[in-house]
Amino acid sequence: MAVKEYAGKMVELDADGNLAKRTDWNEDVAKALAVEEGIPELNDRRWLVINYMRKEFEAKGDAPSIRKLTKESGVDTKELYTLFPGGPAKKAARIAGLPKPKGCI
Amino acid sequence: MAEPIKKVSIVISRGSLEGVYPGLIMANGARMEGIEATIFFTFFGLHAVIEKKMDKLKVATVGNPAMCVPSAMGPGLPTWMGAVPGMSWFATGMMKKEIEKLDIPPVREFIEMIHDTGCEIYGCKATVEMFHLTKKDFCPQVDDIISVGQFYEKSAGSQIIFT
Repeated sequence: MAVKEYAGKMVELDADGNLAKRTDWNEDVAKALAVEEGIPELNDRRWLVINYMRKEFEAKGDAPSIRKLTKESGVDTKELYTLFPGGPAKKAARIAGLPKPKGCI
Repeated sequence: MAEPIKKVSIVISRGSLEGVYPGLIMANGARMEGIEATIFFTFFGLHAVIEKKMDKLKVATVGNPAMCVPSAMGPGLPTWMGAVPGMSWFATGMMKKEIEKLDIPPVREFIEMIHDTGCEIYGCKATVEMFHLTKKDFCPQVDDIISVGQFYEKSAGSQIIFT
């Protein structure tokens, strides 16, 4: 298992490069992960998506589908793809400290 | 490691519910992975983007020996029974219910969603002429009606997937 430093903290990564332990996550780690995903700054809208995903994961054990995410978070599909260019579900999940989403939708 | 896929062009040629969904799911899935996607609707596949037809697509129950009731592991439906009036209506209802359970949107909403992800949507010119259709028969997400030649031009660097 790979170990990498984010925001001065050594964290374990799973096979996809996502955090292996959710307890390693904090806002600074999120910011460092975002930079690695090509997102220099986490604005309010991005935090809205990240926090929503964390909440859903907490409750359901998997990241929400894009459809559910856009319906419930108030961020529509177009905006979501602008906020996290090139693969919103995967990127947002990684920044949120969650495993890669398992769903197809 | 093999080169990752960067772009896909998906052709949807069938107009049944089970003929349309796989292509839509693949297009949406591609965009979720950050892969560029284009959908080209041709022949009866066009029904998925015709305003008056897209909400009424049905499961084809005739000529499908894999059809089982009530689900995939149930007993096979004798093929002649597929033609019984109401069978397609019934199978369509069942499938729509299962699709909804998986949080997969109905066709119209799915097309809107996929278009919003940046996927381009095209109709086949030859079919449009054959079926005597015009651009205004289609839902607003259809970007253009294009020829096969234009489709290949737009598919430069793509993996082409025919469904």
